[in-house]
Amino acid sequence: MTAIEVRGLRKAYKNHEVVRGIDLDVARGEVFALLGPNGAGKTTTTEILEGHRFRDGGEARVLGVDPGTAGTEWRARIGIVLQDTDDAADLTVREMVQHVAGFYPKPRPADEVIGLVGLEEKSRSRIRTLSGGQRRRMDVALGIVGRPELLFLDEPTTGFDPEARRHFWDLIRTLAAEGTTILLTTHYLDEAEALADRLAVLAAGRIVAEGTPAALGGRSSAGATVSWREDGVLRSEEVPDPTPLIRKLVAAETDLSTLTVSRPTLEDTYLNLIGAHR
Amino acid sequence: MSTLSLGVSRGHVELLQFLRDRTAMVFTFAFPVMLLLLFGTIFSDSYDQPGVTAAHVFSASMLAYGILTTAFVTMGSGLAMDREDGTLKRLHGTPISATSYVLGKLLLVLALVVAEAVLLIAVGTLVFDMSLPDASHWLAFVWIFLLSVTSSSLLGMAVSAIVKHARTAGAILNVPVVALQFISGVFIYPVIQLPSWLITVSSIFPVKWMAQGFRYVFLPDGMRVNEAAGQWELGRIALVLGAWCVVGLVLCLVTFRWTRPDK
Repeated sequence: MTAIEVRGLRKAYKNHEVVRGIDLDVARGEVFALLGPNGAGKTTTTEILEGHRFRDGGEARVLGVDPGTAGTEWRARIGIVLQDTDDAADLTVREMVQHVAGFYPKPRPADEVIGLVGLEEKSRSRIRTLSGGQRRRMDVALGIVGRPELLFLDEPTTGFDPEARRHFWDLIRTLAAEGTTILLTTHYLDEAEALADRLAVLAAGRIVAEGTPAALGGRSSAGATVSWREDGVLRSEEVPDPTPLIRKLVAAETDLSTLTVSRPTLEDTYLNLIGAHR
Repeated sequence: MSTLSLGVSRGHVELLQFLRDRTAMVFTFAFPVMLLLLFGTIFSDSYDQPGVTAAHVFSASMLAYGILTTAFVTMGSGLAMDREDGTLKRLHGTPISATSYVLGKLLLVLALVVAEAVLLIAVGTLVFDMSLPDASHWLAFVWIFLLSVTSSSLLGMAVSAIVKHARTAGAILNVPVVALQFISGVFIYPVIQLPSWLITVSSIFPVKWMAQGFRYVFLPDGMRVNEAAGQWELGRIALVLGAWCVVGLVLCLVTFRWTRPDK
């Protein structure tokens, strides 16, 4: 079953085309990440799929429904974590979560959600007094309070400290384990690598690569760099398969205490991909 | 949850937020009262009617100003603000309907104008010795009040569609509000002092009819000679205000957008 099915999606603002023919398939229960530099069309694509914007062309099906014409029943099945919001500043976290929970047919209890995002201590604080990262965590709480089948996360961890990010990742893994489909946009490659089953790289309104984090852009078949120190000198060789080289070094009784074998990181691959499409 | 109960839930959080924003509260409530106290103290015109003072006239007319400014501005700038801070976008991503959202706003406005009216009537009676009307006049008060609130709110909502930034909403919305007070017999009374073409202009808009209606409720019957037509014209009040409710509703349905238009 597909959760999201997109064919030839297009969108222009004035005469500037920001989404230029995107095809996308996200299976049920999958965590899918959209990567790309600012202005690549990530947010526009996400907003079209969320039903916040109308597309100019192409086909889109989200949970089997056209998001451009979907109604409140469909909205009860999705959850959205928006970028930069500033609303409800004078309500407390608990009041707002409780309020939004009331919109859904089978919501999670407000206190449970607040616990899931780690805001128990701020539960009775006014939203305006939250830090940037706490505010984002409340946004996440509001996105999952309705037990969505599909969750949209638009750059969810911006402003998080490292510990909060790890907690957030755990939360996403818990939701994914419960069967929630997740569409995530992010700037952080380690985040995509840690969370996503599959990912796509967007550049200038088009998908330039798609695959699992391990295989993206031919990463798994790319050559390996073998480095070691010999008589105090750094030696480095690029080889398609490191096995014969290492066997040779072992046979020659070379000191291998400093040996490293590396392949292009996701970041290297990503920068190559978007660099080539500038 | 039903549209109605979600609307009530929205009304509850709208009111909570309003009550926690001291500035909004002070300005919304204090401004019309301050004007009433000033006008009522400064002007001492007398009329052919024994026992009727300028302060009584202002107490009645100022209800129109209080309702208009509270409903029109709260609605207009509230919607612009909700569009800007992401409230509308957040709600649009949830199963709540636009009707429930608007219902919540209307409940907020209704709570505010009831409080505003109680405050103004209290100042009128306690400070300026205005006497309270009898039952039949109270009945007229109810329908004039409801038509005034509804038309002002809907028009405020409609106007918010052309307000680009919440920052400037207050300034933009106050232009028609203040201008209409001067030509509709609220600040300047009797209205027959004005050039007749100005009276014609003001007769198109709801404020003149709101003020005239509240004067009918709170002033002795003989004061009708000071109205533009020399009559209270209750039927025409109902007609004009009702028409504005319809116009406002149509404009709202046509212009309401969950999100800002594409950049």
